Amino acid sequence: MRKGNVTGAKALLKALEAQGIEVIFGYPGGANLPIYDELSRSPIRHVLVRHEQGAAHMADGYARSTGKTGVCLATSGPGATNLVTGLANAFMDSSPLVAITGQVSRAMIGNDAFQEVDITGITIPITKHNYLVQEPWELPHVVEEAFYLAGSGRPGPVLIDVPRDVQQEEFSPHQAKFPQLEGYNPTLEGHPGQIKRAAALLKGAQQPLIVAGGGVYQAGAVQALRLLAEKADIPVIHTLMGKASFPNSHPLCLGLLGYHGRVAANTAVSEADVILAVGTRLADRSTGPLGTFARQARIIHVDIDPAEISKNVPAFLPIVGDAKGILIQLAGLLPPAKRAGWRARLEEVAAAHPLRGKLKGVSIPNILRLLRGLVDDPLMVTDVGRHQIFTAHYFPVDSERSFISSGGLGTMGFGLPAAIGAKVGNPGRTVVAVCGDGSFLMTCQEVATAVAENIPVVALVMNDYCLGMVKQLQDSFYGKRHESCRFGRNVDYARLAESMGALGVRVTAEGEIEPALREALASGRPAVVEFVLDEPANVYPMVTGASLLEYVE
Amino acid sequence: MRHTISILCDDTPGVMTRVSGLFSRRGFNIESLSVGHTELSGKSRFTIVVAGDDAVLEQVRKQLQKMVHVIKAWDIKPLEAVEREHALIKLEVEERKRAELLEVITAVQARIVDSSGPVWILEVTGETSAVDSAFNLFAHYRVLESIRTGKIALERGHSRMMKGQRG
Repeated sequence: MRKGNVTGAKALLKALEAQGIEVIFGYPGGANLPIYDELSRSPIRHVLVRHEQGAAHMADGYARSTGKTGVCLATSGPGATNLVTGLANAFMDSSPLVAITGQVSRAMIGNDAFQEVDITGITIPITKHNYLVQEPWELPHVVEEAFYLAGSGRPGPVLIDVPRDVQQEEFSPHQAKFPQLEGYNPTLEGHPGQIKRAAALLKGAQQPLIVAGGGVYQAGAVQALRLLAEKADIPVIHTLMGKASFPNSHPLCLGLLGYHGRVAANTAVSEADVILAVGTRLADRSTGPLGTFARQARIIHVDIDPAEISKNVPAFLPIVGDAKGILIQLAGLLPPAKRAGWRARLEEVAAAHPLRGKLKGVSIPNILRLLRGLVDDPLMVTDVGRHQIFTAHYFPVDSERSFISSGGLGTMGFGLPAAIGAKVGNPGRTVVAVCGDGSFLMTCQEVATAVAENIPVVALVMNDYCLGMVKQLQDSFYGKRHESCRFGRNVDYARLAESMGALGVRVTAEGEIEPALREALASGRPAVVEFVLDEPANVYPMVTGASLLEYVE
Repeated sequence: MRHTISILCDDTPGVMTRVSGLFSRRGFNIESLSVGHTELSGKSRFTIVVAGDDAVLEQVRKQLQKMVHVIKAWDIKPLEAVEREHALIKLEVEERKRAELLEVITAVQARIVDSSGPVWILEVTGETSAVDSAFNLFAHYRVLESIRTGKIALERGHSRMMKGQRG
């Protein structure tokens, strides 16, 4: 083994410290122990998770709630494969992550060694980029480049696979020359001519509309978007990822669009003549059947990723670049306007189609209503299922980075660990995870992490003893044959939480909701509140036909 | 429709997997793929021939362009490019057909690059259609083995890549 004054592991930690990393979510194992050994001498906080998937979701929740790149660490083989769901989740929702995995020593790679897996091969389609580090002296450069890639342009996860002997080998740092990334040069400035044309298009529009995606908050463009919408008096609808991209209580906000969108939002997108879509992939959950989507509209598509332009919906006018600068310039070119007729039309639709969820009893809408009254400006994290859509509809958030959800991948089990990561990044904010019974059980072991690390998040388990979204689909499309969607009644979530040292509260009657929420929020401890729902209520509106205007509400 | 996609990229491990993965995940079968070094040190050029829906392939091209190690990916129009393919064919030569075979070799502008007793190796270079024709003609003889490189292509004149570099 070569000699020098620094090991690969030490160089890795130094490079992470140079990036200003304050926390790593991880799990040790044979192939990453040299890194852990260095971690013991580093000021970087380590959160020991109970499953590597939790580490990836925590880093993701941390990233989405702070705007900083999240870091997770796992060992080789099963440690690395357990990260896969979390990486795919971050990739789909463009969340900046750096995942570091241990790998077997270089001489053993390809020999089917113990706990060996080709994790760079496995993660090619679900990372923005990845590295298999061949030499310890590459590490400082690789780490720097990985963080640059993860956080710039369209953000995403980057994986660094480090063989164990590379972690251990010594080398003497020197100013090695590395090739520049010629092939990576994200466009940040929007084309001025395109912005001018967009302004003209919006100026001439009778029924303009803004579709706000998650890219708006990721670009720090929430205020820029609000100022533009207000100045030009343009109604705003949002995707699930874009819920915190525009203040939900704002009079211009018409709510969520898409398969489970509000009728007013889906009407607006169907009747608009010009649509300004910002930071959204216009994914299938948002558009519904493509053949009938926004047929009246010419679409101005603002996105930092040129590969998203016209991918799903043809763009009449693409603008590639950073949303913030583009929106500020666009607002500058737009004259103040009033659109009383168009606004009145949409307000009329909104008034005719209020949300019809039950605001009494032990129901998700009622729990969310009561919670809203107790906490000012919480950071809401959801799992995946009916409770997720209920939260999108019934829990307005008005400040930036206040709503985190697994949008693209729809990862059950995301909620609790993402909330833990978000709380680590925002210790001063109230962080609430809204989970279903199915999704909570997928990663519930992370309650133990929250207790051990003293991370006081509140998890609300909406227990209807079934897989609600599956049941809803079976109700609508499979003749109400509820195959494999009932869970039985054997799990007591409050006692499960207590067994791990958290506060556990069980709610079975409406009168207990508020006291239980108060107790959990005031406890200052990780808490799990189980709500035994009156009934497994379906979430509406729900598009059932060939266009966004064919729905059940 | 059939497309010829040219990619200029960093010559680094894993590029091939990344590139081919974008095609395979959409169920596209790559008809031919050739890759080699270029005039730029540390850079490789791929020529990929693939058939598929035009819009989907344009999406693939954009995704190729997004890859960190890809400098430029573009869809080459056949009329604006020179395209070539190279093939080696191993034949067993029957004495009575020897003269006839030599005529065919001359006619298709093939060359004998090895003769080990009655077994010859011929090489053919040309556009894909010319190589196809040569293969058709040689099929009348005892072909033992053959291999084609797949198409390589360069745009005529100043290519878009070069314009990009100048601009």
